[in-house]
Amino acid sequence: MTITEPVSPLQRVPGEQLLTGWGRTCPSLARVVRPSSVDEIRNLVAHAGSRGVLARGLGRSYGDAAQDSGGVVLDMTSMADITLDPTAGTVTCGAGASIDQLLRTLVPAGYFVPVTPGTRMITVGGAIAADVHGKNHHVDGSFGAHVQNMDVVNGAGKVVTVSPKKKPDQFWATVGGMGLTGVVTQATFDLIPITSSMIAVDTDRLPDLDAVMASMVEHDAKYRYSVAWIDSVSSSGRGIITRGDHAPAALLTDAGDPLAYDPKIVATAPAFIPSGLLNKLTVRAFNEAWFRKAPKHRVGELQPIGEFFHPLDGVQEWNRVYGPGGFVQYQFVVPDAAGYLIAYALRRLREVGAPSFLTVLKRFGAANPAPLSFPQPGWTLAADVPARIDGLGAVLDELDELVAGAGGRLYFAKDSRQSSAMVLRTYPQLDQWRSVRQSMDPRAVFTSDLARRLGL
Amino acid sequence: MMDAMGAPQSVLVLGGSSEIAVATVNALPHSRLRRVLLAGRPSSARHHAVETLVAAGVAGVNSVDFDATDTQTHQQVIDAVFDEGDIDLVILAFGMLGDQAAAEADPSLAVQVATTNYTGAVSVGLHVARRLRLQGHGTLVVISSVAGDRVRRANFVYGSTKAGLDAFAQGLGDALHGSGASVMVVRPGFVRTRMTAGMPEAPMTVDATDVATAIVSGLRKGKHTVYAPGPLRFVMAAMKTLPRPVFRKVAERQG
Ligand SMILES: Cc1cc2nc3c(=O)[nH]c(=O)nc-3n(C[C@H](O)[C@H](O)[C@H](O)COP(=O)(O)OP(=O)(O)OC[C@H]3O[C@@H](n4cnc5c(N)ncnc54)[C@H](O)[C@@H]3O)c2cc1C
Ligand SMILES: NC(=O)c1ccc[n+]([C@@H]2O[C@H](COP(=O)([O-])OP(=O)(O)OC[C@H]3O[C@@H](n4cnc5c(N)ncnc54)[C@H](OP(=O)(O)O)[C@@H]3O)[C@@H](O)[C@H]2O)c1
Repeated sequence: MTITEPVSPLQRVPGEQLLTGWGRTCPSLARVVRPSSVDEIRNLVAHAGSRGVLARGLGRSYGDAAQDSGGVVLDMTSMADITLDPTAGTVTCGAGASIDQLLRTLVPAGYFVPVTPGTRMITVGGAIAADVHGKNHHVDGSFGAHVQNMDVVNGAGKVVTVSPKKKPDQFWATVGGMGLTGVVTQATFDLIPITSSMIAVDTDRLPDLDAVMASMVEHDAKYRYSVAWIDSVSSSGRGIITRGDHAPAALLTDAGDPLAYDPKIVATAPAFIPSGLLNKLTVRAFNEAWFRKAPKHRVGELQPIGEFFHPLDGVQEWNRVYGPGGFVQYQFVVPDAAGYLIAYALRRLREVGAPSFLTVLKRFGAANPAPLSFPQPGWTLAADVPARIDGLGAVLDELDELVAGAGGRLYFAKDSRQSSAMVLRTYPQLDQWRSVRQSMDPRAVFTSDLARRLGL
Repeated sequence: MMDAMGAPQSVLVLGGSSEIAVATVNALPHSRLRRVLLAGRPSSARHHAVETLVAAGVAGVNSVDFDATDTQTHQQVIDAVFDEGDIDLVILAFGMLGDQAAAEADPSLAVQVATTNYTGAVSVGLHVARRLRLQGHGTLVVISSVAGDRVRRANFVYGSTKAGLDAFAQGLGDALHGSGASVMVVRPGFVRTRMTAGMPEAPMTVDATDVATAIVSGLRKGKHTVYAPGPLRFVMAAMKTLPRPVFRKVAERQG
């Protein structure tokens, strides 16, 4: 005789994991599987349950883009083979390979990734799905512009190879498609040849926002990389612009290997931080010190790749400084004609008492054909703010309204709160994207918390 | 999905005509709401609740038939609602005060209060928890009462059902911990609604809209327990430490 114990439906099932984005808001539960082959992924997709399947990279999107509550989430980080083709100047890698892993292979061989965001702890799958941009967007465009081809497991569990020439609509729907058209398993993309692992950097410390913006308009075109940090606490909107390009090996004076690359983690944020630690006073003090530290004008300083591109990666799990309530990163783009909205947004965030030590301003160049890609020509501002500030929701809704009215939009990879109406208004090619998605995934296997929230 | 500002898109109210619950739905950001279901016994009060929210500009408001005491039907009601789509926020608001003196004279009236406030809540609460657990996210707000924090002679039938409900909700919250679903316990004091109409007001009396504000703020901050008004937390903490004879006197004076 066998006695079957009653099983509580409230009991946890092995493999289930609570997931959040980098902002640590809106946790949801999913069964996390870590496939190590394309066949395994095809099989998981073919046997998807009613709550679907979603690929996840390193979870560096801020909101709920890489979550699928109640469903199956594929941790892609085992799909990380990297093959450099030095004659073509391209690399082919598994979609779970991180920019960190890529740089460790590529830089010593004399190559750099075509686009890197402000952290190297992201995967190529995440870079494609969010069509990420870097400090070189005004010159080189976003990540998708450099992808030659990629393999995607579609909703039927079949592998399709897509490129800007072969099935271009499926290619561009997947670029910026936030994982909702399929699972990218592998991609080939162009590289930037380099002769050293250093960046020659010019720094300008400017007294107010107008000066920062004027300098960017005037000089950005001369540099491959450019970004401005803004002191969001000061009403002046003062800031520091750092601009540069890969330094030729000839500029390096010391005798070592010019392509040596070994970025270090210098600290880990403590696991438990009281929510009051990050407040207006501490941020004001940090911003003041950061501003003072920068030289008024310095030319040609040599900085290692890590210091120039990924300064935050030096502190592991820094997202914990915002405490248990988590944080949001508000990032929008507006056309040049609406540049005045930058000052207004900074003012409103200051007024609601949102302390931000990470406020970044950048100019975007031309957009690419991907219907859901975020970048478009103009200004983009990104500000980290604690999620639980009273009145924040209403202020961000007000800013959304102005951004939409000016022809701008928000970045899905950072979003955790915009409304579905906002998306409809600001992504005019949404319907076109939907019909391609429908053709790639007629059973609607691929879904995410972001897709549910925004009705994508 | 609930967003990072604590704003849900879909809401199920159990006890759909409750004034506190209707005020709560109304206090949520309307721009995010797409589906609001008021579950309760068919009545003009339920009809009026739907109309109030529609007039306030809330989208997707509908009513669903639900009786807290008819526990045999709970599974079917809850499954039908969740099968139609995720529910981000469930507000368990039904409850009845009953008449203490009448209940002491006729215990069957006490049974009715207990069946509604406790038994019905345990039944539907577990069905809701099962579905939140399956969908991997969502918040159950349980409207308890300070009457259950320290039970008074004057309304111990009602108070004891709220004490039971409160303990149940806490345990359920612990069971769901780490599952993506969560439970928030709300303990209002004296609230001016039709439930208390005509009764002498207690100190720190508030309106349904005040309770609503406290609930919405609690959701945004991911709280597990909310008092309304907030300072009642300290009053009740003090009350709970009083020895029985002292408490009896204090409670008597309050009526
Ligand atoms: C400190 C910091 C700085 C940042 N700076 C920038 C910046 O400068 N510019 C910028 O553009 N972004 C920036 N980001 C955002 C980040 O680059 C993007 O969110 C990126 O998508 C994260 O990649 P990930 O591998 O962590 O993907 P996840 O966050 O895990 O997933 C993001 C999306 O990609 C999808 N996805 C992941 N892998 C696959 C796959 N194999 N196939 C299909 N879909 C997939 C997921 O479903 C999800 O929709 C920054 C983030 C942080 C934390
Ligand atoms: N008002 C206060 O002072 C106060 C204080 C603390 C706690 N609370 C609690 O707050 C909650 C909401 O009360 P309220 O103040 O908003 O009063 P209310 O408007 O009278 O709400 C009570 C609700 O419970 C419903 N209900 C009663 N029996 C039911 C049953 N068998 N099945 C389904 N629904 C049933 C009622 O529906 P019908 O219309 O069908 O009767 C009504 O919608 C209650 O749990 C109450 O105990 C109230």
